[in-house]
Amino acid sequence: MRFTDEHRLLRDAVRDLVEREINPHVDEWEAARSFPAHALFKIFGRAGYLGITKPHAYGGMELDWSYAMVMAEALGHARCGAVPMAIGVQTDMCTPALARFGSDELKREFLAPSIAGDLVGSIGVSESVAGSDVAAIKTTAVKDGGDYVVRGEKMWITNGIQADWMCCLVNTSDDPPHRNKSLIVVPLDAPGVERSTKLEKLGMWASDTAQIFFDGVRVPQRYRIGDEGMGFTYQMMQFQEERLWGAANVLTALEDLIQDTIDYARQRRAFGRAILDNQVVHFRLAELQTEIEALRSLVYRATELLVAGDDVTLLASMAKLKAGRLARQVSDACLQYWGGQGYMWESPVARAYRDCRLMSIGGGADEVMLSIICKHQGTLPGTGG
Amino acid sequence: MRIAVCIKQVPDTEARLRVRKDGLWVEEEDLPFVINESDNYALEEALTIAEKTAGEVVVVSLGPERVKDALRKALALGASRAVHLAEEAFQGGDALATGRALAAAIAGQEVDLVLTGSQSDDVGYGATGSVIAGHLGWPHAWLVMGLEIEEGGTSARVTREMESGMNEIFRLQLPAVIEVQAGINHPRYASLKGIMAAKRKPIERPSPADLGLEASQIGAAGSRLEVLEVAFPDSGEGAEMLEGDAATMARTLVEKLQREARVL
Repeated sequence: MRFTDEHRLLRDAVRDLVEREINPHVDEWEAARSFPAHALFKIFGRAGYLGITKPHAYGGMELDWSYAMVMAEALGHARCGAVPMAIGVQTDMCTPALARFGSDELKREFLAPSIAGDLVGSIGVSESVAGSDVAAIKTTAVKDGGDYVVRGEKMWITNGIQADWMCCLVNTSDDPPHRNKSLIVVPLDAPGVERSTKLEKLGMWASDTAQIFFDGVRVPQRYRIGDEGMGFTYQMMQFQEERLWGAANVLTALEDLIQDTIDYARQRRAFGRAILDNQVVHFRLAELQTEIEALRSLVYRATELLVAGDDVTLLASMAKLKAGRLARQVSDACLQYWGGQGYMWESPVARAYRDCRLMSIGGGADEVMLSIICKHQGTLPGTGG
Repeated sequence: MRIAVCIKQVPDTEARLRVRKDGLWVEEEDLPFVINESDNYALEEALTIAEKTAGEVVVVSLGPERVKDALRKALALGASRAVHLAEEAFQGGDALATGRALAAAIAGQEVDLVLTGSQSDDVGYGATGSVIAGHLGWPHAWLVMGLEIEEGGTSARVTREMESGMNEIFRLQLPAVIEVQAGINHPRYASLKGIMAAKRKPIERPSPADLGLEASQIGAAGSRLEVLEVAFPDSGEGAEMLEGDAATMARTLVEKLQREARVL
């Protein structure tokens, strides 16, 4: 991966923004179980960071995905996982399919203001009965006149309380599960949309997460993204960016956690010497840093191939799997070296430990990543040779 | 209005420093460098004035090749061009030699105003701006907290911080050299558009001869100050560890602050 001056400038600028606009407020936002998404997104939008890969016509910069990856990495310097995740939803989870397949009118109405930071988006795939098993979703959108009438619910929706619209995966026919789905944009102020109270989660506290109910919500058919019946395919494509984004984002977060742990273990003394001076500690941290570098190489390679136009489903799945596993290992090891201090609810390492746990669940659980890898290996029962 | 902003690239203040083997400076390998904090505020002030007056900002810096990164960042933020005093002869100078070189570079730019930070975060001489003003023969203000260009663009209203929490407000005829403090504005973020446009903006690299300077006037050769050593102070002396439970330690601390340090 060759970085240009522009990549480096973007990385530094995003990091600067994180240090000044996010980190000073993280404790307050975590306690409030929410952050001011519209105000923060406007700052990002004004700087042009929400439309890195999106077309010029809608306010984007039309740069390749390597720049989006650099931003994901730089966002990892935030002192919580929640806020970067919310930004990632906006840039690389709820908008790629809209940008790729949405009509010009739909993009003007939803993509352009999302790139500008005026609208907050969300992605609605999971339901209380179907998370990683995307094909099993139950929400339906039935044609009625010029509209779809949407019935069902979406679960664990990031930005769910504050979002203005949702890129929503729905069943639009009775065809087989991979061919009966469509992605539609649902304005979340439409009559019939009900949001639950904020969901209490293990981690990612500053992110407002909701369950959203659709009770006969009328959505114009022109709000459908691309072709009817292609929703599953579009979503699987969109998942490539989501999963790579997650892996890139966690790299820097884990490195910062290791550095914090080095600093803590250097000054904390036990049995007459610094915790860090125990070989088991500094060797373990060196081992984990090496693992992070190995993951980084995988993320960079996948990014290069994605930029070249290749399908990176396999590598993105591997990166996501490894990122989830590694995030748990690093946060667990670091918490251990912080000892009682790390076990305190409010300590930064405890926050990282809680936040990191999502990496193996959200955006497709580790087991789904393994299934995708097995499918490519031809070892998944019923799909192999 | 055309404004020159002098920026310095310094080690990130959060970086862990090590003294170089020769004991005269810090080890720069693997050290992250950033634009000096108060210079960032000077740049923001200049960009705001330039926007209001349909003017332009020229950034000027003296330092080795790595300084190009700081200049590119300034260009990404909105400066229209840069001047980099990169040649070896310029390097290693004290405030006198560096100020002389910067003044010579600025003299050729026909600017109405020079802005810079009040002090660098590495050596902290706080003198370079004064030297520049001296060479240019322009009025000068240091530790500036507020700046307003007055009607007609021939003078500036300047607010300075004095000791004891008082402010001094005065009028300065332009052209002038104004050194600002960190915190006087809210520096912008480099927009992605600005970042992509930066590569097309020119960075001039004049030689000492181009600026009419002799090698003996600049860099280490032109300095009157010789660094003998940089070192961390000995640690451990003067520190007193308080003993006892939290309440006892707090009581002892308050007593010491009242009786010994006399700050309470």
